Amino acid sequence: MIELSVNGQSHELEAPVGRTLAEALRLDLGLTGTKVACGEGHCGACTVQLDGVPILSCITLVHTVGRRQVTTIEGLAEHPLVDAFVRADALQCGFCTPGQIVSAAALVETRPEPTSDEIRHAMSGNLCRCGTYPRIEEAVLSWQG
Amino acid sequence: MARLIRTEKEVEGRYSEQWIVVEEDVLEQWPAGPRGIVGRPARRLDGLERARGQAVYTADFSPPGMLHSAVLRSPHARARVKNLDLTRARTAAGVRGAIGPEDCHVLVREPSFQGAPVAAVAADSAERAKEALELVEIEWEVLEPLLDPDEAVRRESFVDEPRYYTRGDIDRGLAEADVVVEGEYRTQTVLHNAMETHQSVCRWEGDTLEIYTSTQYIWGVRDEVADALALPRDKVRVVCNFMGGGFGAKNSPGDYTFIAVALAGQTGAPVHCALSRREENVASGNRNSTIQRLVAGARADGTLTALSGEYVNAIGWYGFSGPTYGPMEMLYDCENVRTTSYGAKLNSPPNAAFRAPGFVEGTFGLECILDELAAKLDLDPLELRRRNHADHDLVEGRPFSSKNLLDCYEMAEPHWERREAVRARSDDVWKRGVGLASQVWYGGGGPPSYAWIRVGSDGRAAVVTAMQDIGTGTRTVMAQIAAEELGVPLSHVRVELGDSARGPFATLSAGSSTTPSMGPAVRAAAADAKRQIIEIAAQRYELEERVLDIKDGEVISADGGSWPLEEVTGLLGDAQILGKGARGPNPTGMRVLTFGIQVAEVAIDIETGEVRVERIAAIHDVGRIINPLGAQSQVEGGIIQGLGHTLSEERLLDPQTGATLTQTLDSYKLPTIADVPEIVCEFVDKPDEHLTNLGSKGLGEPPIIPTAAAIANAIRDATGAEIHSLPITREEMLRALREAEERRRAREQVGAAQA
Repeated sequence: MIELSVNGQSHELEAPVGRTLAEALRLDLGLTGTKVACGEGHCGACTVQLDGVPILSCITLVHTVGRRQVTTIEGLAEHPLVDAFVRADALQCGFCTPGQIVSAAALVETRPEPTSDEIRHAMSGNLCRCGTYPRIEEAVLSWQG
Repeated sequence: MARLIRTEKEVEGRYSEQWIVVEEDVLEQWPAGPRGIVGRPARRLDGLERARGQAVYTADFSPPGMLHSAVLRSPHARARVKNLDLTRARTAAGVRGAIGPEDCHVLVREPSFQGAPVAAVAADSAERAKEALELVEIEWEVLEPLLDPDEAVRRESFVDEPRYYTRGDIDRGLAEADVVVEGEYRTQTVLHNAMETHQSVCRWEGDTLEIYTSTQYIWGVRDEVADALALPRDKVRVVCNFMGGGFGAKNSPGDYTFIAVALAGQTGAPVHCALSRREENVASGNRNSTIQRLVAGARADGTLTALSGEYVNAIGWYGFSGPTYGPMEMLYDCENVRTTSYGAKLNSPPNAAFRAPGFVEGTFGLECILDELAAKLDLDPLELRRRNHADHDLVEGRPFSSKNLLDCYEMAEPHWERREAVRARSDDVWKRGVGLASQVWYGGGGPPSYAWIRVGSDGRAAVVTAMQDIGTGTRTVMAQIAAEELGVPLSHVRVELGDSARGPFATLSAGSSTTPSMGPAVRAAAADAKRQIIEIAAQRYELEERVLDIKDGEVISADGGSWPLEEVTGLLGDAQILGKGARGPNPTGMRVLTFGIQVAEVAIDIETGEVRVERIAAIHDVGRIINPLGAQSQVEGGIIQGLGHTLSEERLLDPQTGATLTQTLDSYKLPTIADVPEIVCEFVDKPDEHLTNLGSKGLGEPPIIPTAAAIANAIRDATGAEIHSLPITREEMLRALREAEERRRAREQVGAAQA
């Protein structure tokens, strides 16, 4: 039995050895906003924050999380970035979008007014096959409305 | 009135004759230009749901008791199963079912490409299922694979009949030419890599088979599954409310659906079958590689006299030959054209439609050789294209329903005129240049397609149709059309789609056909509902129907009266108005096509071969634009996929074994946000007056078509190097630069000798 703190709520769960954080979130806690698109840390779709730092939950073992606070897209539902993404049309199929927003939220937390270069640097680990990148850049540039 | 017609139906350039029940399209088109809602930017109706991670994709759907599956796929490109024993796998902990070639028709004993499915298991968890695969006892006889497309042509190993096309007289055309250029062009195999992999959850509910699947065509999945399993079509229900991208690879049920169905049948439980990313990159379809041997001839004034192309499409074990020849036959006014097309059958994974299949590849070759011709003729490439503009369709001798390519050329001028300034920003290392390429594609859509609209007593409307929104934003476009016609705010319309049991037939989301097929049906349904509301209002207020209209949520009369819509619809109580609409036929005897041009600006590091695309301007002619915001996203997305195709993406096969070497997203290089240039997007935005009650064509595919050629032509402009092969890796770039340098030296030597 391990304890996991997600979006400000504490959970106890049975986790077999080898359980990833993404599996724990999706399968044990039903938080399916976190998507898994490659399962091996190459695409960024599964991005969540640990104490505010974006990490890849599909290659993070849930037993290594410890007391760190997990923030998923469900915990960012009211973040202004969500509306900024929709306003800028920064999503098409939407499968990578939760991961994009979690990454962007971590960026604007430390750099509230990021430049285009900073956005491109911080977000280059989040792949989008629909090609919404120009809209994502616009959404993050204008996230404060 | 319903009318039965025999008509031509086109999907991605493949035509078929069929009987279709249509209804007359009696509505006049709206005037050109933005209206209250149509033609104005609209946010995605489902944007918040998707952005917040609340949208439930097939990957997120998990009914109680659902089992997970794993598929044993052939590691060999060609082999025979000598012995297969599932006993140990079937009895392993947590395993509930196991199937082999005897249990499911998609499982094979003689795999003919790496990744062909052989056996599958269902277990309580995905881990258990994967572990159980290790317990499958299998003995292989490995056979020699056929992997070389030219060799396949020599052996006449084809997936379909070779295609030969001739118009005019190619020899006469070449004799009349002042300049002739020849070249061999190659395009690589690329992979769709939608973020949500191919997957289905299947379960039996009573005597009905339910399939929750990530698909571009719920009706196609329904029909194919029903036919394969000899079930009445009505007993198969297909659901896809949200899906994570397709790009052409998700038009059919796929092996995973049939495997899930078979395992659900064996276990009596719902079964999820999802491809892993690695399986996705091996066995879920691809844009096949091509070899194109081209000849182009022109008079000194630029008039094209001859175009000839031999296209070898390396299809794989099965699949279809895309119309790689299409651009050569359709784009220019050239009397003498000859094309030959082969679909090489190989021991490599089958292709699948990928965003403008054939035309992306064929446009690269054609538009590059056209620029070589322009260079030889010392003609401006844009002027060369203008001089060969086709004012009617030369393949079928028909007029176009509309064509505004010359407008596109005019709108391209300001971007094209930047080339002096762009070149002037070159230095010793970075050379800069500008290139362009034209584009033609289908995208007219067609019948049959149907929609209903339900209006309740609260005056709110629901569009009901069993289409799917694969991320292109069609849900929003349909709501805009319905709101515009009904005269209600966009926020009062919702769209219920994605369920074959809960709406009328709708077309597939492929071939740039969803908006031009579904849009007119939705408008017709909205008009039908509006007519019924006005009938009720006329009786309630004792006015003639012809003086009444609905605008901005109010019923208004010609003499200035106005009543809130809810006051009229409130009379319904719990009842509802149902409007029905159908897509009318396409204009008889006309060719419906889409056109465009892109202008690319590039910088090349001539020391390292690095290519940076700095700006792309895209001008497309697709009739009326419904949602300018979503349309811009489609163009940007197409260009960015085109950028990957041009510069970084390549599926590599081991030439000895036929094994895919690029199975992960760190070896298969998709574009990232850091790779994206400035993109300028413009539309002609003139409704096609002959096409439906909307005048809109499709936009999903056109933007990816000219990108590679525009970039390659810009590289020529910058450096003189001729690109003949995609992707333009650093090696390819350096090779082309060396070749250009050798050509320059040879010319100098000839010049010196003559002096």
